[in-house]
Amino acid sequence: MTVRNKSVLTDNIRAINTTSFKQRVLQYKNHPSSFMLLLLVVLCAIVTVGILLFLIAYILVQGVPNLTPELFSLEYTSDNASLMPALVNTVFMTLISLIIAVPLGIFAAIYLVEYAKRGNKLVSVIRMMAETLSGIPSIVYGLFGMLFFVTTLQWGNSLIAGACTLAIMILPLIMRTTEEALNTVPNSFREGSFGLGAGKLRTVFRVILPTAVPGILSGVILAIGRIVGESAALIYTAGTIAQYPKNIMMSARTLSVHMYLCTNEGLHTSQAYGTAVVLLILVVIINALSSWAAKKLTQKMG
Amino acid sequence: MRKYKEKIMQGVFLCAALVSIAAVALICLFLFVNGIPAMAKIGVFDFLLGTKWAPSNEPASYGIWPMILGSIYITAGAVILGVPIGIMTAIFLSRFCPKKLYRVIKPAIDLLAGIPSVVYGFFGMVVLVPFVRNTFGGNGYGVLTASILLAIMILPTIISVSESAVNAVPNSYYEGALALGATKERSVFSAVVPAAKSGILAGVVLGIGRAIGETMAVILVAGNSTIIPDSILSSVRTLTANIVMEMGYATDLHREALIATGVVLFVLILIINLLFAVVKNKGVEK
Repeated sequence: MTVRNKSVLTDNIRAINTTSFKQRVLQYKNHPSSFMLLLLVVLCAIVTVGILLFLIAYILVQGVPNLTPELFSLEYTSDNASLMPALVNTVFMTLISLIIAVPLGIFAAIYLVEYAKRGNKLVSVIRMMAETLSGIPSIVYGLFGMLFFVTTLQWGNSLIAGACTLAIMILPLIMRTTEEALNTVPNSFREGSFGLGAGKLRTVFRVILPTAVPGILSGVILAIGRIVGESAALIYTAGTIAQYPKNIMMSARTLSVHMYLCTNEGLHTSQAYGTAVVLLILVVIINALSSWAAKKLTQKMG
Repeated sequence: MRKYKEKIMQGVFLCAALVSIAAVALICLFLFVNGIPAMAKIGVFDFLLGTKWAPSNEPASYGIWPMILGSIYITAGAVILGVPIGIMTAIFLSRFCPKKLYRVIKPAIDLLAGIPSVVYGFFGMVVLVPFVRNTFGGNGYGVLTASILLAIMILPTIISVSESAVNAVPNSYYEGALALGATKERSVFSAVVPAAKSGILAGVVLGIGRAIGETMAVILVAGNSTIIPDSILSSVRTLTANIVMEMGYATDLHREALIATGVVLFVLILIINLLFAVVKNKGVEK
């Protein structure tokens, strides 16, 4: 069949499959229950999106006027409740958690995808444990971090105790996204590399990982989002001191914890509004970056 | 030399993979070792089913039944409010949404999942609490407010899991129903959705897990009195809230009782996770 014939054929099929607006109205007239279902489905989607838009609009409208210069002053006092130390702490917390969790997560995924033999019992156990980890609520992580890092290892409320707790929390996320990214790398890449005489290790680091980078990146960015938004796991591990950390053994409050304390004390509602705006903007940027990276991966593979 | 390097790195990869097993083991160990003795001291039944939580009384009483009920009530409320909307939205995204609109709505739902729980809690405090106070009476902090807020928070979980479940149904189901003369809506609701049942159920179970574990948002809107709620406007405290609110100053048995509260929460979550795995696997087998 020539190309032209083929396109005529698909056009014909399309013509059979499409219904005109008039036909559709008639159909709904005969089946009012179907029309109700359609309305219901659309309504629910509108509610979902509407809630999100309302939430964002409300916080921006109420919050932006509260973004005063005092809120960003360099030193925290109980008067200005400045978020600057918390912002800096959040950056440190994110970096340390990633330094711990990202190599672990990537290496674990490499083992699962590239090294483990098919049907290996260990693999299913590891997968199950990772799934269990991702279901544990953050407050339980907080309790564990307090019992293990803070008390048993005697690190006290510190940046490093918080970062280790968060590292365990984001580990399954990084493992899963890396696994998915590695699985999308076509087998021909591996075979080609082996065919050229490269060893397994070289193949993994020189061929497979570079191809999977966008996917891994999108997972890492999602993990950053979790870290920035986390509060329950940090209150009793990293503590609530609003100062710039001099070393990793110092207690440090992050932005979310700062916001919780501002809200809960009830004295700093305007600062809480301002912090909410900053958090929201951060989350929007992080989400956009993550989906951009994910798109890069599909483009590369497509 | 190269051979050693390969072997060593394989060992490193294996160790990294074992970290998640070690983490789960450590979490279990530390929670149970620190929590079980308190439960034994208080008495398992007095602890789980005791209706009075008064750590500062003489003699102190540590009953977490009000908190267990509180968590269950709020979660049930969130499921009743959130699940229908979530499933319907998932069906819309999967079968009714024009492509252009999808590119806008999907990131919006991802964003809903990314918003930190304190921001949700704050939103609940400044918007939902006054709303409930003015519409239904009471002081606004209570079961209903927390349920509405949690329903919003579990939406993205339910939507994304259900959507992929509906997407996974072979198109022939849908086309078959259409060919039999059913309208588009009937085809979707009576052929496609039943086939995606177990996947959707898995999403609901996952949402329940999220709702029970949620802490910071709930604290800010639930009122946190240690009473068994008698109406949907009554103040309520969840297991998670109990831990965060009192851990800061608790000592001795009180502190251990809070850790034991964490153990109860942890066991509950493990049961839910197990349920999730069972439901999900059932879908795969089919």
